[in-house]
Amino acid sequence: MDIAQQLPALVIVLPMLAAPLCVLIRHSALCWALSVFTSLLTFLSAFGLFNQVRADGVIRYAIGGWAAPTGIEYYVDMANASMLLLVSFISLIVLLYAYESVKKSVVKAKHYLFYAAWMLCLTGLLGITITGDAFNVFVFLEISSLSMYMLIAFGSNRRALTASFRYLIMGSIGASFILIGIGFLYAATGTLNMADMAGRIPDAEAQRAVLVAFSFLTIGLMIKSAVFPLHGWLANAYQYAPVAVTAFLAGTATKVSLYVLLRFFFSIFGTEYSFGYMLLNVVLLPAAIVSFILLSLVAIFQSDLKRMLAYSSVAQVGYIVAAFCLATEQGLTAGIVHIFNHGIIKTALFMSVGCMLFRLGHTHRNSLDNLISTMPFTVVAFIISGLGLIGVPLTVGFVSKFTLIGAAMEKGWWLVGALVLLSSLFAVIYIGRVIEIMLFRKVRVNEPAPVGMKEAPLSMLVPMYALIGVSIWFGVFGTTTLSVAREAALVLLGGYQ
Amino acid sequence: MKLYVRQRHRVLQVVTKLIIPFVLLFALYVQFHGDYGPGGGFQAGVLFASAFILHGLIFGLQRTRSVLTPSLLRVLMALGVLIYLGTGIVTMLLGHNLLDYAALAANPKTGQHWGIFAVELGVGVTVTAVMVSLFYSFASKRL
Repeated sequence: MDIAQQLPALVIVLPMLAAPLCVLIRHSALCWALSVFTSLLTFLSAFGLFNQVRADGVIRYAIGGWAAPTGIEYYVDMANASMLLLVSFISLIVLLYAYESVKKSVVKAKHYLFYAAWMLCLTGLLGITITGDAFNVFVFLEISSLSMYMLIAFGSNRRALTASFRYLIMGSIGASFILIGIGFLYAATGTLNMADMAGRIPDAEAQRAVLVAFSFLTIGLMIKSAVFPLHGWLANAYQYAPVAVTAFLAGTATKVSLYVLLRFFFSIFGTEYSFGYMLLNVVLLPAAIVSFILLSLVAIFQSDLKRMLAYSSVAQVGYIVAAFCLATEQGLTAGIVHIFNHGIIKTALFMSVGCMLFRLGHTHRNSLDNLISTMPFTVVAFIISGLGLIGVPLTVGFVSKFTLIGAAMEKGWWLVGALVLLSSLFAVIYIGRVIEIMLFRKVRVNEPAPVGMKEAPLSMLVPMYALIGVSIWFGVFGTTTLSVAREAALVLLGGYQ
Repeated sequence: MKLYVRQRHRVLQVVTKLIIPFVLLFALYVQFHGDYGPGGGFQAGVLFASAFILHGLIFGLQRTRSVLTPSLLRVLMALGVLIYLGTGIVTMLLGHNLLDYAALAANPKTGQHWGIFAVELGVGVTVTAVMVSLFYSFASKRL
């Protein structure tokens, strides 16, 4: 077999194969090793795919040898090749990190199920990204969602179960809305292949079915990507899930939904229809602005670090959606680059919070007094990635916020640019308060020093710092990610070939 | 645990014992005739599982669990997926695309036939296992 040609299939097959193998192996450490190995191979495949696409343009892979409009095809262009790279990379890093934290927080007899669910979740997320078939998007969405509910329910706090159940209800509503939308599109165009659909929608635009499909897809994708009024599931899910899962989901799950949103609104419906005729920006932009202003404010008042970062995630999704609403090449570039950058930063932040959780057993902001003296590396990691979240120069956050504000200015949306700056100020407050407590607040005298407090284990620190290294690299050399994001934006705006 | 047969439903028990082999046989028919007629792995899996569920309802969960243990079910669930994916991987190894069954034989039609056969078998195994374990987890307090 020619591996270079089979890469689109391998990206999906490898993690999907690892999941049942984990169930058969049932040994905690072996399952972990298998998952890491699979994740590594998947990452390498995604990397190979990325290079192929960059060199030769779009790759189309017909599953079962049935050519495109009849069969299911995988369609890889710059937009989803870069998403594949992001998802598989974050999975690899977080899995490396997860070993100790899973060992501590999940019952040993269930480790194999944990890793199997992780592999299925990875399969689903990669599948949503790579597929060129609208119904296939739904199938993979279900695979990833179901395994995600399971992963969240592994949390050691019993409230993880209700959080997971709530997400299950919201997620199922979202998924069925997406399915209804795809169904109506199928009725209107007679095809499920996304490229084919994009070609036929201009003729079917007058039909009410397309309009209904558009509305259902908007709501469904807004639930899935946690845009403001529909973000209710996210905070609890992120707070009570095992921290490795939170780190993984924060970097990938909402991002993949945002990618689907991009794909549907820009490539399939087309910018003209979505923003010119349906006025999507009138709906989404206020939601996005409320998202990043209000949820940043909410984040300030959270005393639990995980919950604070969860609300901050909703705010960041707001930035991304606001960038999409610009519907210009600049705007899309800013949105895509922020998908990438925020994925890395938020994962790194959750990983550092995970280190604190590992040693302290909780993550209440007010009991992190002078944490720097006991866990210097963790605290430094938190500070670096926190600065990235705020958007300090030389971090990835700066690159994306700079592009976003530039894009808003270019379109003449000065107010949006100003509001982005305002919400960054809120980020300074909520991150700054935590940093202040960890660095400067003295431990109260009458409280005995916690016994056995020391730095998190090396197996957690090394992957975390690897990710932070990546984030610094892309912060300093922001043009790399920006140029990839620009290519992706052009591909999405240009529609299917 | 004491395995006892409840004596109160003698008629039901006898009828069930008579029916179960036919249910299983019909399930196998639906499974293996699925590539020509209506049917296939999913339907066959549900039918196959329904025989065990019926057994569980009439003779009590304990007896069914001693035949199809939860750990065996777990293996079967994974095995079905592996059969499915394995077929895909074999076609890839033979130089075709994923799940391109034409690779499986010299004659593409025969290849398609064999491929569907293998894949549906995987589906059937997994669906049976999942259905029975769903029944177990609703019917008993522990799995």
